[in-house]
Amino acid sequence: MSTISTDDVRHLAALSNLQLSDDEVTALQLDLGNILTYIEQLGSLDTSHVEPTYQVTGLENVWRDDTVRESTVTREDLLALAPEQADQSVKVPKVL
Amino acid sequence: MSQTITDIIASIQAGQTSARAEVETALAKAREHESYHALLHLTEERALQRADEIDARLKAGEKVGELAGVPFVVKDNFLAFGAPTTAASKLLENFDAPVQATVVEKLEAAGAICIGKSNLDAFAHGGSTENSAYGVTHNAFDTTRVAGGSSGGSAVVTALDIVPFALGSDTGGSIRQPASFNGIFGYKPTYGMVSRYGVVAMASSTDCMGCFARTADDVARVMAIMAGQDDKDMTTLPNYFVPTAPSKINAKIGVIKETMGDGVDDDVRHATEQYIASLRAAGHTVDEVSMPTLPLALAMYYIIVPAEVSSNLARYDGIRYGRRASGVQTLAELYGRSRDEGFVTENKRRIMIGSYVLSSGFFDAYYQQAQKARTLLMGEFSGLFNEYDFLLSPTAPTVAFGIGENTSDPVKMYLSDVMTVPPSLAGLPAISVPAGENAAGLPIGVQLIGPMKSDAALIALSGSMEVHRG
Repeated sequence: MSTISTDDVRHLAALSNLQLSDDEVTALQLDLGNILTYIEQLGSLDTSHVEPTYQVTGLENVWRDDTVRESTVTREDLLALAPEQADQSVKVPKVL
Repeated sequence: MSQTITDIIASIQAGQTSARAEVETALAKAREHESYHALLHLTEERALQRADEIDARLKAGEKVGELAGVPFVVKDNFLAFGAPTTAASKLLENFDAPVQATVVEKLEAAGAICIGKSNLDAFAHGGSTENSAYGVTHNAFDTTRVAGGSSGGSAVVTALDIVPFALGSDTGGSIRQPASFNGIFGYKPTYGMVSRYGVVAMASSTDCMGCFARTADDVARVMAIMAGQDDKDMTTLPNYFVPTAPSKINAKIGVIKETMGDGVDDDVRHATEQYIASLRAAGHTVDEVSMPTLPLALAMYYIIVPAEVSSNLARYDGIRYGRRASGVQTLAELYGRSRDEGFVTENKRRIMIGSYVLSSGFFDAYYQQAQKARTLLMGEFSGLFNEYDFLLSPTAPTVAFGIGENTSDPVKMYLSDVMTVPPSLAGLPAISVPAGENAAGLPIGVQLIGPMKSDAALIALSGSMEVHRG
C-alpha cells in the first residue's frame, strides 16, 4: 500500500504547475496513493536483462531540410488566440 | 433504416439525393437525439456550405472525391474548422483552431462533410466520457449507462445512425471500448499508419487516430482516406493500407487466455465464446494461447501514459492561447491558477502521476521499468504472431456500466481498459467487433488484434464474420 502525504501532493502540484485548493489536495492524496499502489505491482517483474522500448515501430531520428515553408496561418491569426495582447505581442504579467 | 457510406455514395451519384439533403438529414437527427449529449457543437454553416459546393460540382459534371457528400463527426480533440476545438475542457472552451488536423483535411479533400464535434473525456483522459467538462454522454442502448470513452460521443452518434462514421483517437482503448459499449465497429490502426498532426496530444508513443462505423467495409473505406505518411508527423509510415477482401479462408487465431478469466463478466465471456464458435464454423482455427505479462500491461500503461501526458500537457499555460485565470499578480500564479481552473480532476491526476514517475529517484523504478516491461510484452506478441495470424480477446471486461458507478474510484475506472491497453503499448492494430448482447440487450464487443501493418487483413476478417453471422 503506497502512502503519499499532503506535502508530497503539494510538491507534485508545484512540479506540475497546478495551484490546487485544499479540498483538491485531500482528494488527490487518496487517489494518487491508490494509483501508485496499483502501478507498484510492476516492480515484481524481472527485467534485469531487458532493454527499454521507447518507440514501437523502430524509427530513429527522422530529418528534414531546414528550409522555410509556406504556412496558411498568419501572425494575426495566432495573436488573436492569445488571452491578452498589446502592441502586436502576447501580454503576460511582469516577470522580473 | 441504417445507411452505410456505400449506400449514401450510390444514392448521391444516382441523383436520388444530394449532399445538402444528406447533411440536413444528419443535422436533423443530431437535434432529435440531443438528449444523449453526444455532440458539443454542430458545424452547420460550414457543413451546408461545403455540401452546396459538392452539389454544384456534381451538377456541373465535375469530378468529386470518393466520399463526396458523406456526413461525419469528429471527436472534439481533432482540430477542425466550423466550431471551437475544446477537447471537452474549459481550458480550450473558446479555442478556434488556426489549422485543421491532417486527417480532417484528407477527408474533406475526399468530399466528406464534418457536421459536428463530439463529446469526450476532457483531453481524452477517461473510459466513460464522464470526465467531460460539459456533461456526460449517454449510452445509445441504455441512457442510464455510460457511452464508454474517451471517444464516447463519436461512438454514440455512429450507433444512433446520425452519421455513417465518426473519428476517434485511441491511446489505450478510447475507440475500441466505446465501440463495444455501443454495438458498432471501432478501429485503432497500427501506430504510424495515420497522421496525428492536429489532434490534441495525449501520449505520443501510443496515440492513434481511427474511426467508428457500423460495417467493416465502411471502416476500410474511411481508413483508406486517413492512412499515409505526413511530413507534419515524423512517426508516420509510408502508406501500405490497401483494403482487401478476406483472402485467407482458414486463419489461425489465438484466444488470449489471460483475458478470459477472473474479472470478466459471464455475459462477456459467453458472447466471446459464441464468437469463437462462429469463427470455427467459418473454417478458422482457434486455439487458446497465453501471454504471461499481459496482466501487468495496465500497470505499464498507467506509468508510461501519465509520463507522456505530463509532458504533452505542459504546453497549456494560459499564455499564447486557451484559458487564462483572471486577477493574477505573478507569472507563477498565472500558470498555476489557469491550469487548475482549466483541467478536470482526471487531467490533474494523470499529470501529477506523470510528474511522480519521472522525478529523479523514481525514474528507474517506474518509467524505465515500465518501458522494459513493454519490451517483454511486445516480445510475447511477436512470439505468438510467428504462429498465429490474429489474436482475440473480449474488448472490455464488462458491458457499459452505470453513469456514476466508477467515478469515485479511478483505479476501478482504469480496469475497463485492461484488454485494450496491451495492443496499444505494442503499437498493434486492433478492432472491436459487435458480438451480440447480454440478456438486458446491452452490446458486447470482441477485440481482434493483428501484427504490425496487418490492418487491411484484420478489417477484412472482421467483415467476413459480419457476413457469416448475418
